Amino acid sequence: MKKTGAQIVWECLVREGVDTVFGYPGGAILPIYDALIDYPVHHVLVRHEQGAAHAADGYARASGRVGVALGTSGPGATNLVTGIATAMLDSIPVVFITGQVPSKVLGTDAFQEADIVGITMPITKHNVLVTRIEDLAPALVEAFQIARSGRPGPVLVDVCKDVQQATIDLRWPEAVDSTRRRALPQLKRSDLKKAAELIAGAERPVILAGHGVIESGATAALAAFAEKTGTPVALTLLGLGGFPRSHPLCLGMMGMHGEAYVNTAIQEADLLLAFGMRFDDRVTGNLKNYASGAKKIHVEIDVSEIGKNVPVDLGLVGDLKQVLEALLPSIEEKAHEPWMARIEEGRHDTRSRDIVHRESGDALYAAHVINDIWRTTKGGAVVVSDVGQHQMFEAQYYPHEAPRTLLTSGGLGTMGFALPAAIGAKFARPDAEVWVVAGDGGFQMTQCELATLMQEKLDIKIAIIDNGFLGMVRQWQEFFYDKRYAATPLLSPDFVKLAGAYGLPAHRVDARADVIPTVERVRSEAGPALIHFVVQAEEAVYPMVPAGADLHAMIRRPHESPPEKAHASRAKGEAEVAA
Amino acid sequence: MKHTLIASVQDQPGVLVRVMGMFRRRAFNVESLTVGHSETPGVSRMTFVVDTSRISSRIVEANLRKLVPVFDVHDVTHLPTVSRELALIRVRCAEGERSQVNDLISIFRARIVDVATDTVIVEITGDPEKVDGLVELLRPRGIVEMVRTGKVAMTRGASARRGLAHEHDADADPLELAS
Ligand SMILES: Cc1ncc(C[n+]2csc(CCOP(=O)(O)OP(=O)(O)O)c2C)c(N)n1
Repeated sequence: MKKTGAQIVWECLVREGVDTVFGYPGGAILPIYDALIDYPVHHVLVRHEQGAAHAADGYARASGRVGVALGTSGPGATNLVTGIATAMLDSIPVVFITGQVPSKVLGTDAFQEADIVGITMPITKHNVLVTRIEDLAPALVEAFQIARSGRPGPVLVDVCKDVQQATIDLRWPEAVDSTRRRALPQLKRSDLKKAAELIAGAERPVILAGHGVIESGATAALAAFAEKTGTPVALTLLGLGGFPRSHPLCLGMMGMHGEAYVNTAIQEADLLLAFGMRFDDRVTGNLKNYASGAKKIHVEIDVSEIGKNVPVDLGLVGDLKQVLEALLPSIEEKAHEPWMARIEEGRHDTRSRDIVHRESGDALYAAHVINDIWRTTKGGAVVVSDVGQHQMFEAQYYPHEAPRTLLTSGGLGTMGFALPAAIGAKFARPDAEVWVVAGDGGFQMTQCELATLMQEKLDIKIAIIDNGFLGMVRQWQEFFYDKRYAATPLLSPDFVKLAGAYGLPAHRVDARADVIPTVERVRSEAGPALIHFVVQAEEAVYPMVPAGADLHAMIRRPHESPPEKAHASRAKGEAEVAA
Repeated sequence: MKHTLIASVQDQPGVLVRVMGMFRRRAFNVESLTVGHSETPGVSRMTFVVDTSRISSRIVEANLRKLVPVFDVHDVTHLPTVSRELALIRVRCAEGERSQVNDLISIFRARIVDVATDTVIVEITGDPEKVDGLVELLRPRGIVEMVRTGKVAMTRGASARRGLAHEHDADADPLELAS
């Protein structure tokens, strides 16, 4: 049957099971938009292409399915770039389709021509420029396969306008060669045996569980493994939810803002089992002194990650779930009581310093807000956090029990991610309670998507944690730049009025007593709502491993500090550095 | 240390940019790179010489394999190989010195391929060390211009695949996984 290139795009999306796409039209992609009307795919018009990219990303993170975003040539395509890089660094399967100038004028600096394939080469898993109609269907089929296979990632297909308009007899290509070639190597029995021996010999093991647990659907396998071997589990930021936080073996988050006892356990371990994580600098601190007494087993789907940052004693290449299931029968049942008792001591010390046990007085702490949202939602929400202090408070004070309940930009740390990503997440999981947690800075980067949210009538609750600063940067200035607050104080609009302009119900909260009632109220009302939380201006996220410092050299939250005006006593000299 | 990697890649526009972009992005150091057709239409062959003092060749190889148009990569550093490089060297040579130069370069099985009044062009093919040797010998005479192709390599023996089996292919006892 003869189809136009534009029709082929939609035929392909329908065949891939895509129900929703996020995009923004323009001249070079108009034929594709014209054909859209005839296909059962819902198009969400964003207000900026970055929003489309994050929404498609949020859709993928929330569901595990491939997200799709569309943009026109030139500025439309370049506006996608931040979102593409965000998906790349977090290994999120998203297919980007961009219009391109007609093939005849390629390379002539034609109107709205930008070499988006050249621009996005280093930030996509793969990308391709389609200049001939016969290449279109294979390129799209391959794009989806590449995006979701192996270690997932974004793929961009740039389609010349004349290709969209040309017609051809549509025939679907067979399974695409490039992914068949990329079959994973088989596990060796000898390696599994070696792993079992290392595990059997360990007295102080720690599992480091990352995003791979979630991508591989390995939550149950991980729990079975941890329980059988009695091994505590530390999580990366993107691993949160991959192992229930309430599990007795769950330590919580590791790394720069991980709890002190977690990082200490990693430093004191004699065996690290790295499962689907990549030893990012935010989790290792100074590599020279990283867990130097520990043997290391690294299970990873991407061979190029094994030995990249940290030398390992054994690398197992494969899908985490399959590797864990293969490993399980050959390992012995164990418990590590003295080790767990030692970790528990540290956990106790952390609890005693914890800000959630602190009186709030007149102050409203971001950590309390997050913890109260957790309490009120009973931990059952999908939380989409932005980037900054509130993101770390979310990770610390909203314990996640299930995979895909925390969506956040970890690798790239993209401010402005939360609101559009939440829009995508809500489409992927319409029945989930979706919360945005954003700072006053990041929220303003993509707040234009409030209009998208209203146009689509989405029930998303938004918590803006307003500290009047670019908080996380201010914290670095406080700790490392003598409190010289260059360009971090931030004027914001009246968010309640702003929401009003969009027709969005909104509330302002500046006292602890009002947090839970307001959260309860917006939960009881169907439809979106925004809560503007005005919190302590100069609060810091503790503990903190300064960038490049040893993982155990954490700046700890001081034990005693008066509840009111806490920041006044938090001068640099008073921050304790734990040895 | 230097490692020699051979890759077969899809012969399509932009492959070279993609491959070199990966090297640049990862801050891997490439000493030389050659690209040309292979025995199979649609497949190009690349030979890399990579400086592995800062990064293991295994990681370079793994990153190459991640690129979609890359079919296959092999590190042939420790395998018996034939490796060759071609160089053209324009060297100063007065008319009276030609036979002297000719004698010198014939030891390297090099030859003069062009003659001008006070220079000649010398062509040499050989492994890179041999080319280095000739370059050093000619340098005192005055090298006016030089071009080297970079190394190409092929493993010795009868079969194209010999010695190139993947590590995991070679495992006698692989484990079958349910998928
Ligand atoms: C797009 C982008 N620009 C700059 C940064 C650097 N940065 C990291 S955190 C941060 C401050 C965020 O401030 P805010 O959104 O108010 O959140 P808070 O830290 O106060 O919770 C900045 C500027 C970034 N991560 N992303």
